[in-house]
Amino acid sequence: MALRYFLRRLLRMIPVILGMTIIVFFMIHLVPGDPARTLLGPRAPAAAIEAFNLRWGFDRPLHEQFLSFLGGLFQGDLGTSMSYNVPTTELVSGRFTPTLLLLGISALFAMIISLPLAVVAALREERTPDHVVRVIPMVGLGLPAFWVGILLLTFVALRVDWLPVGGYGATWPDRLIAMILPGLTVAIGIAPFTIRSLRSSLIEVMEADYIATARAKGLGGVRVLWAHGLRNAVIPTVTVLGVNLGWLVGNTLIVEKVFALPGLGALMIDAVLERDFAVVQGMALIFGLLVVLVNLLADVVRASLDPRVQLS
Amino acid sequence: MTAVSRSASPKAARGRRSFSLMIGAGLLGVIVVLAILAPWITPHDPLAHNLESILAPPSSDYLLGTDHLGRDVWTRLLYAARLDLLIGVGAVITPFVTGTLLGAVAGYYGGRIDLAVSAATDMLFAFPYYVLIIALVFSLGPGIPSIFIAMAIVAWVSYARIVRGEVLSARGQQYVMAAKTLGYSDLRIIVRHILPNVITQPVTYAMSDIVVIIVGVVTLSYLGLGVPPPTPDWGSMIASGQSYLTTQWQLSTIPGIAVVIVGLSFSLIGDGLTHRLRPE
Repeated sequence: MALRYFLRRLLRMIPVILGMTIIVFFMIHLVPGDPARTLLGPRAPAAAIEAFNLRWGFDRPLHEQFLSFLGGLFQGDLGTSMSYNVPTTELVSGRFTPTLLLLGISALFAMIISLPLAVVAALREERTPDHVVRVIPMVGLGLPAFWVGILLLTFVALRVDWLPVGGYGATWPDRLIAMILPGLTVAIGIAPFTIRSLRSSLIEVMEADYIATARAKGLGGVRVLWAHGLRNAVIPTVTVLGVNLGWLVGNTLIVEKVFALPGLGALMIDAVLERDFAVVQGMALIFGLLVVLVNLLADVVRASLDPRVQLS
Repeated sequence: MTAVSRSASPKAARGRRSFSLMIGAGLLGVIVVLAILAPWITPHDPLAHNLESILAPPSSDYLLGTDHLGRDVWTRLLYAARLDLLIGVGAVITPFVTGTLLGAVAGYYGGRIDLAVSAATDMLFAFPYYVLIIALVFSLGPGIPSIFIAMAIVAWVSYARIVRGEVLSARGQQYVMAAKTLGYSDLRIIVRHILPNVITQPVTYAMSDIVVIIVGVVTLSYLGLGVPPPTPDWGSMIASGQSYLTTQWQLSTIPGIAVVIVGLSFSLIGDGLTHRLRPE
């Protein structure tokens, strides 16, 4: 059963991935603007521009360019970086660990922040603690992630000895310490969504019959809340994390830049600033795939928390 | 006991909602008035360098101090409000209209149109928001027109999703059946009958979308892809202050507070509108 669910889920990904490839390609290529001109400058001689277009295949018709891009993808070729003249995949390879580490730690921090707040709000519904907690998402939505990062740098990292002001350590303990503030920054960006969802699903769950049954059995409040309430309320929150994954991952992009972490996001932003077309294209696709894959992971987690999911 | 709290809580909730609408509108009103009056109430030119008072602390002459080029921070803050608010509110219009219409058409007709719209929303939704915006602004070139185009391409998705779902459930309602029986055209049914009934959702969503767009613009400017310097903008102000975190932390902190206050006021308005527009 679980395997069939997983396979069905995998099959559904194929058209999405193909569509994403088309979107990424045309986003970069259809837009007016001449890569040669932007890269070589407005006064570049015609011969240089011609050579540039020939070198990078911009002289060929668009559909041919797309087919060769697609063909390259099947062979694990994301194109060649224009700034460094090396395959994009080579630039990408060492960049996954910091980004995935940041994503994992942020998701963990987001849960640590949201759980107590949501529990307090749900248990004191429509009373002062609830009102306070419900204002948090409103403030949180308008918090630019890079600004939160800068605040943490200014008021925490610069005042505490053991936290680095940025960068990525050489050893694992150093790396984990280096992830604390970036992880917190991304978590603050995603917490508005998880708090809101956890609060409302907890309120709903706590009114269910099985909670009343558990109480009637004489179970203590904490036990009911933990074993019966939260376990069921967390499931929709995992979905919310999955749905807002695009937002979560998008924030890591900016936060990596602020904290000088050598991850995928920093690579993409550097490529944008260097006008490296091939790398921007490859990175956009990698980020799209990353979201699709983590979403798959979220679905599998949800299915293992709640057997009912597999049937739908 | 539950029955009592049940009947009492919606009233309390409604009171709180109109309270949040008032606070939100009040906050926003103050900011808008300050932004409009900027040329008359600010003592300095937002672009004028004053090399004799670089990185000055707050004083009676410079309310919030000056930046690394000696420009008055308070003046630039208000001029930035003009631009960033204008972009936020302006850039939400196109995606609101196209998303609402596409969602309504997809939900009303179903079938292939629905499949096409839903596939497009699914795929665009799968990309991280900032990856799409940054890639689009990259290929369009930095600047304000690019921001408008990028938002128009990306942000319609949420409206289409929201409205499609609403229309899908409205389609089976009696008033739609009645309009059909009367022989009204599809266009008339969608625009005159269904949309007025479902418009609350996209309108309240637009309030948080404005916040998302303003944060997006500020982020792009921070990265050097948005509003080109020296035009005052909160994002570039935060970015230029980042070199002086140890000595002049207020340079990066204050423009961010402005973003948060604007965001909070729009969120409060959205929260209040949810109930104001839909009397139970």
